[in-house]
Amino acid sequence: MNPSSIVIIGATSGIAQGVARHYAQRGWNIYLVARNTDALAAIQSDLLARGAMKVESMAADLRDVSRHDEVVKGAQQFSETIGVVLIAHGILRNQLEIDYDADEMLQVWNVNATSSISLLHRFGVAMETQRSGTIAIISSVAGDRGRRSLYTYGSTKAAVSHFVAGMRGRYKPLGINVLDIKPGPVDTPMMTGRTLMLGATVETVAKDIVAAIDKRKGVLYTPWFWRVIMRIVRMIPEPIFLKIKF
Amino acid sequence: MGRRRSNRSNRHFGNLRRIKPAVMEQLPSSWGRYPASRARSVVDAAWTSDVPSRVDAPLLAYGLGRSYGDVCLNDGGDVVRMHRCDRVLSFDRELGIIRAEAGLSIADLLRICVPHGWFVPVTPGTRYVTLGGAVANDVHGKNHHRVGTFGCHVRCLELRRTDGSVHLCSLTDNANLFSATIAGMGLTGVITWVEIQLLPIASRIVIQESVKAKSLHDLIEQTDASDADWDYTVSWIDVMSRGSSLGRGLVLRGRFQDMADGTLGKPWKGPILSVPIEAPSWLLSKPTISLFNTVWYNRQLGRLKRTELDAEPFFYPLDAVGSWNLLYGRRGMLQYQCVIPADDGERVMRRILEEMQRGGVSSFLAVLKKFGPLVSPGLMSFPRPGLTLTLDMPISGKPMFEALHRCDELVHSVGGRVYSAKDSRVRGSMFRAMYADEIARFLPHIDPGMSSSFWRRIMNDGKDIA
Repeated sequence: MNPSSIVIIGATSGIAQGVARHYAQRGWNIYLVARNTDALAAIQSDLLARGAMKVESMAADLRDVSRHDEVVKGAQQFSETIGVVLIAHGILRNQLEIDYDADEMLQVWNVNATSSISLLHRFGVAMETQRSGTIAIISSVAGDRGRRSLYTYGSTKAAVSHFVAGMRGRYKPLGINVLDIKPGPVDTPMMTGRTLMLGATVETVAKDIVAAIDKRKGVLYTPWFWRVIMRIVRMIPEPIFLKIKF
Repeated sequence: MGRRRSNRSNRHFGNLRRIKPAVMEQLPSSWGRYPASRARSVVDAAWTSDVPSRVDAPLLAYGLGRSYGDVCLNDGGDVVRMHRCDRVLSFDRELGIIRAEAGLSIADLLRICVPHGWFVPVTPGTRYVTLGGAVANDVHGKNHHRVGTFGCHVRCLELRRTDGSVHLCSLTDNANLFSATIAGMGLTGVITWVEIQLLPIASRIVIQESVKAKSLHDLIEQTDASDADWDYTVSWIDVMSRGSSLGRGLVLRGRFQDMADGTLGKPWKGPILSVPIEAPSWLLSKPTISLFNTVWYNRQLGRLKRTELDAEPFFYPLDAVGSWNLLYGRRGMLQYQCVIPADDGERVMRRILEEMQRGGVSSFLAVLKKFGPLVSPGLMSFPRPGLTLTLDMPISGKPMFEALHRCDELVHSVGGRVYSAKDSRVRGSMFRAMYADEIARFLPHIDPGMSSSFWRRIMNDGKDIA
């Protein structure tokens, strides 16, 4: 039997690299998409050494939505049937960092929301006929409720979660699972210089993601306790929530 | 999330940003958690190209912080953490040659190479060290008498210096810089990748024998006998034993075994416990340590015990307990490791053990090993042919430090030395005397933009960054 294949969008991100290593160890074929060519080459050789059967990559700036068809086509050429698509690119800005720069704020939307939704949709349509596989995307616990310090980032993630929730219903009858991954803060380059409250390691989160894909889960909070924390956060009455400074 | 200055540089993934000390939750610290240290800034390199090439304060690379003392610390200086640079650049499964970024841990390396019948040629007592750290400290293991130090198996490496230059170093290219970098304590530049020759193994199963020795003399004799036939040997000493039984202990010896079915054996999945919080200081105090040592010695009833076990518990018994250094409480711990030239070995070992007891030093774990004759390419490399003794101890008061200084003098008087990777307290003048010739040859290779707490302590007798 041919090994299965995984397509990783935003492959140079910390969490994506962690997940890719798991699939390399399983001997899968891996298709990487990211912007930085040198970084892609380094990851490619690493995954081959860790046991991946075949690794190819495509360099693309994912903000450029006009290239997304090319990304999907590249992935389909790499492998007729796509086992898993993981969409992992994103940027993080605290509200204060972008408050006086509307363009910068919309940039966060372009990367995290517009480009993600475009890819989700295109991969969904492309995989419709194969009637198997998983489409997974990394959103965030920050998408569960708008907070004063992080609402641009949070709302992009909320948009993705909302979109994906609908997709899940549409694709389930077709045998395709759509997974919404909601990590808390993870010790990755994206978090450098930020507080890692209840921070998790890439290894923990990557392991959870792989397990959730295997079990065909719909929504994953990782580490697990975020499910509890966010349920409480969502229940806090608005008048009280407005007074909490975080 | 606190209020912070806008910083847009992370628009480019993997870009480098300064961590403000207040934000850092894990200030780089050493395994002994002594001395306390705070870097001026900490930078996480996601890619080897992130290593700073221009500096305005002394820089030091930091791996997994398993050095016991301050060789991995840079109080007041800048630190670049390398653990994310852990990609394998190439792996030749036929020849067992692997080239990987310096932040790759031995734990990860084993996951990659053991399934193909290869093992690390030399490993310290923990698998949570990076390749860069293993080179910079030229680590040794239970097979030193057979294969020498880690540095003996490095084929080549890449060094990035703070003037922006990049050097490929091996025994033939930039040989002097290569020799200064192995055991160079990270002072010659930042090691970005390392290529090593792995060791072929028939399986991941190890045969271990444990021989009970009644006295130091018996222990050293058993060590000599074991070294002749076994690839891996090390002895545990009951430090609390006195008089005629002084230095009694267990000689452990092992070798990889061929599996009857010709397979490598199943991957090992042992339980990993973790020490969640700092323990109170009485937990490892004299009475409890004494009790542990007696129980451990008497656990084995017969003279010889033979077991078969997986390589991981054989090489890394302490890794089964995560952050065990927290057991030593707030004050932290230190490790004393010295080497004594062979002729004087037993006599000096006895005097050191007595000196420790007189100073009221209670050591939880004491380990003895005989180094072999293989010379490392590393200029500042610690091992010399002879006996090496390693003692773990909780930091206590002045008498402990004074007893250790007396041991230093004893060691130096017979031509021995102490190990920088374990040290946090040797006097600068003493260390400079122990490594006088080596330091003179080492100095010209130091990167002027790099330094460490250890090196300032040794060379400026503790004076701060100018």
